[in-house]
Parts: sequence; structure tokens; C-alpha cells
Amino acid sequence: MAVDLMESKTLKPDVETLVTEPQAQEVSITTRDLSLWYGDFQALEDVTLNIRKGIITSLIGPSGCGKTTLLRCFNRINERYGNVTTTGEIRILDKNILDPDVSTRQLRKSVGMVFQRPNPLPISIYDNVLFGSNIHAAHKGISRSARDQIVEEALREVDLWDAVKNRLKQRATWLTLEQQQKLCIARLLPLKPEIILMDEPCSALDAEGTEKIENLIERLREDFTIVVVTHNMAQARRASDECVFMLLGEIIEHRPTTDLFMTPENEKTEMYIQGRYG
Amino acid sequence: MANVNLNPNDGNNPFARTPQEIKRKRIELGAQFTFLMMTMALVIPMLWIMWDLAYRASDVLSYTYMVIGVGCVGLLIPYFLIEAAKRNEHKRKLFMGLAIAILAGISIWIVCITVFNMDNGGFDFLTLNPKKRMTAGGVWAPLIGTFLLVLLSLVISAPIGILAGVYLSEFANDNWFTRIINLAVVNLAGVPSIVHGLFGVGAFVYFMDMGRSLLAASSTVAVMTLPVIITSTKEALTSVPQSFRAACWNMGATKWQTIRTLVLPNSINGILTGVILQVARAAGETAPILFTGALYYKKIADTGFDSFVPYGLEDRFMALSYHLFTVATQVQDVPESFQFGTAVVLIGMVLMVNSISIGFRIYLRARKRW
Repeated sequence: MAVDLMESKTLKPDVETLVTEPQAQEVSITTRDLSLWYGDFQALEDVTLNIRKGIITSLIGPSGCGKTTLLRCFNRINERYGNVTTTGEIRILDKNILDPDVSTRQLRKSVGMVFQRPNPLPISIYDNVLFGSNIHAAHKGISRSARDQIVEEALREVDLWDAVKNRLKQRATWLTLEQQQKLCIARLLPLKPEIILMDEPCSALDAEGTEKIENLIERLREDFTIVVVTHNMAQARRASDECVFMLLGEIIEHRPTTDLFMTPENEKTEMYIQGRYG
Repeated sequence: MANVNLNPNDGNNPFARTPQEIKRKRIELGAQFTFLMMTMALVIPMLWIMWDLAYRASDVLSYTYMVIGVGCVGLLIPYFLIEAAKRNEHKRKLFMGLAIAILAGISIWIVCITVFNMDNGGFDFLTLNPKKRMTAGGVWAPLIGTFLLVLLSLVISAPIGILAGVYLSEFANDNWFTRIINLAVVNLAGVPSIVHGLFGVGAFVYFMDMGRSLLAASSTVAVMTLPVIITSTKEALTSVPQSFRAACWNMGATKWQTIRTLVLPNSINGILTGVILQVARAAGETAPILFTGALYYKKIADTGFDSFVPYGLEDRFMALSYHLFTVATQVQDVPESFQFGTAVVLIGMVLMVNSISIGFRIYLRARKRW
């Protein structure tokens, strides 16, 4: 099992085992010695991580441990939030995305992000789904029938089609929060991303909405690599295949979810999942 | 420790009002009343001034008042009827019929009264040029002058101001240079208009060799209105929630795509507010145009196309604000109603532009929600 190589407890990042190459299972995102500073403050410290393809990986840890920062590294959206310095390497599709010849525009096309607070754009549902295609289209070269088809496919994929098919021209901001969040996922799909990053996708939703979104994520896992940041340990446990525990910008433990929760190897992980701090 | 009694009530009700509370309540009521009085101190004199102006100008403008009044009522009632018709399925035909009947009736009435009442004054004050050393005729020449001045100055300042605001708010990095520009913009908004006027003389009339002309005056007014347009544009752009931008960036939109498809459409409201506020200012200012192009009196065509575009870019022109100054202080034997009429026309013009903008903003706001 590839899990073995995750045994690196990562407390001392310079341990040799860390640098072992991933085996067997296909890896979607690889980071090597990734460090990140906001100004003088170091938010990530030598993060080395292999996120496998086609599964759901959740990032857990107390507030301020760098989960969201790490997530934002994967599509380099961090650069928009002010004075950020990054060192190390992040490989996606076998290309270091920190290289100068990487177009962030193309990168973000293949690495989509879903936010904590659903943020559909204040335009119609139809236009929301097409937004990505429109900004990436060379000219306005998508025919009307093709557009209709894109919208229908994307909305069907997230189980929203039946609810909104009669009001596609309505403003997306009038939908319920759960529907908005589904729409936010749906609008990534026409871009055919490799990876979908989710930053606490359910924390604005009620229990029922959370369940539906979780089921949706579960279903999407077949086609995309999904990385979920969550504050909610129970959710990480329910709805993820692998789990990464982070603390103060470092990775403490990265193992299959059941193992991590049943038999945590690191003392800090154990204390955290028992709820003794964080 | 001193034993402070926080609950002086000895009765059975543990939540009874304490004397301090009652006293505080009284003071708050007093304060509230004072605030109300302060508001009234603004509103009452203003309404009184408006009423007084309108009343004293009624000799020359009574017909205009009537048409505008009836016109407003005539548009509002059908509007509400149509709204009611949308909601009420059963009486839709009745409401729509009534609305159409009222609209038709009022248009016919206005046409008739205009045709039959021509020699009774009518719109003469608005449509005639000043005659006999301003003691007769109307305000058409200055009215169209002010209109062209405002239009031209907006054509110059709106694009520059809006694009500068977009740059400062969306593209510029936060460094000392940008900060100095921002500081300058804020301070320029407070520069007295006569200083802008002198700047205009130096920069446009002499340095750029425009001479005293409509173009020079419009440019001066444009420079005067720029800071506020820039500031309000910046504020309008900042008020668009960051989360929308984040959504756009995360799909790989470029900065300009984000601005064009998302930020500008959602901030057009605030941008327009800034621009339209400047219409009022551009129309009302006398000092900046005094030295740069406004003229005491200019004879223009009374009818035809030339009366609508009487001033070329190179020509000097008449403007309402300057005309008001003229008829109020520089010419003798002007009927009182002419002086007040000019003021009312100036205010009315500004109010009309403002109400159009308010209507437009209501329309835009109805479409937006986040």
C-alpha cells in the first residue's frame, strides 16, 4: 500500500523517508519542502505531501494551522492576497506550478475552488455555469445549443437541474445556500478541472444541506481529485478517504482517514481528535 | 469592599425600573428631540426657500408648474395602475384601460392647452432668448449654454474619472506614489472653485491656447468635477464584495475580465451617483466659467436647429448661473419674476437630472441582491 510511505510523522521534516518517491497509486498533487511566508510570518513550513488521485483528502487542524493557506497554494490564489513568498515545489500533472512559465489562468482552469460561503456571481444561474467557459473561450465561439448542453450537464451532475430548470434566467443569488453551493461546484465542471479544492464547503449550511453536499462530493470523487479543508472532525471522518492533520504550518500526520482516527500515531493528533485542544 | 446596592428595589418586582434608568431614558428622549430639531433646522428653511423662489417666479413659470405637476401625476397614477394590473388577474383589463385613458387624456390636454394658450405666456420664459437688456424674453440662451457646458464637461470628466478610479482601486499597488495620488485627489475635491477658474485661465485659455470658449470652460469644470468622480468610483468599486472577485479569480479570470464582467456592472450604481452629483455642481458653479468662457450676453438664433446648438466649441456662451448673477445685480429694471424664474429654472434643471438618476438607480437596485 502506498499508505506506508505516509508513515513519515513529519515532525522532523528533514527525515530521509520524506523524500521517497510515491509508488503504485497515482498521485495528483505533490509538494516538496513547500514553505510560505505572509510578509515575515511563516505560515507553512517544509510541507511535503502526496495527494492521491481520485480520492477525497481532507485537511484538518486547529484554526491558523495553515490548512487554507496550503489549499490556496494549489491554485496559487494566495498571490492575490498580498505579500506572499513561496519556496519549494508543487507538482500538479507533473509540472511544478511555481515555475515562471506557468500561466495562473490555465492553472486555475484545472484546479477549481469552492468556498466556505457560497459565492455565486450576481448574474443568472445560466450565466453562472457558463462563466468559466466564457472567460476561457477564445471568441464567443460557443453555439447556443452547446451552451444549453453545457449548462444542463453541469447542473445534472450536481443534482440541481430539476430544481432550477424552469428558472435558469433567474439570479443565482436568490437560490438557497445549499443550492448556491451546488451551483458553485457546478460552475467549475464545464472547465473540466483535474482537482477541486474545497474550503470548508459545508460550514455555512444546515445539517441537511451538509449531507447533500457531502453526498455530492462523494459522487464527484470518481472524476476529480478532491481536497477538502474542514473544521469539523466528524465530517472529515465521514466524508474523506485520507486525512492530513496539520499544526502550526506543519504536517503532523497523513494517513487513511479510518487509521488516523482509530490509531493516531502522533501524540498531538491523538489529543486533537479527542478534542483536548483546537 | 464597599457594599454597592445595584438593586435598590425593595418591592416584589425584581425587574422594576430604577430611578437612574428613568432619568437616563428622559435624557435620551431629550437628545432625540434635539437631533430632530437639528434636522428640521435644515429641512424647514430649505423648503421655505424653495417655496418662496417658486412663488415669486410664478409670474413667468406658472404654466410650466402646471404642466410639470399634471405631468407627474399623470405618469404616476398610470404607473400604479399598471403595477396593480400586474398583481390583480381579474381586473387587469380594467386597470390597464384606466391607465391608458388617463395617459391619453393628459397628452391631449397638454397638446390642446399648448395650441390654444400660446399667447398667454406658456413656455415663453423657457423658450425665448433674453431681449431688451434682459428685461423681456426668457432664458433659452443661458439654459442651452448650461446644458452644453454640463454635457461637454461630463464627456471629458466621466471617462477620465471612472477609468482613473478603476485604476486606483483595482490595479494600483499600495505604494507611496499611489498614496500621494489618493491624497491629492481627496484634497483637490476641497479646492475652491475660483481657484479652479484661475487654473483654467492659465492652463486652457492661455497655455493650451483655447481662448475663452465653451471648450475651455468645459475643461475647467471637468477638472473641478474629476476628484469627486474618482473618489465615488473608487468607493463604488470597493463596495463590491471581495468574495465575488475571489470566485472569478479562481476560475482563471484575468483582472480586466473580473472588472468588466463583475465589478463594473455591480458598481455602476455608485459610479452614476458620483457622476450625477457632479452634474449639479457643474451646472451651478459660476466662478470656474467666469474667466474661461461665460458671456454677459450673446445673441443667438431664435428658432431652428441653430437655436439648439448655438455655441461652437470655440465660441463664448451664456450660462444660467452667470445669467442669474447678471439679472440679479448688473441690469436695471429686470422684473423680479425674471430673477427668481432664472433661479428656479437652474434648480429645476438640476432636480430633473437628479430625479432621472434616482429613478435609474432604483431600477438598477431592483435587479441586484447579494
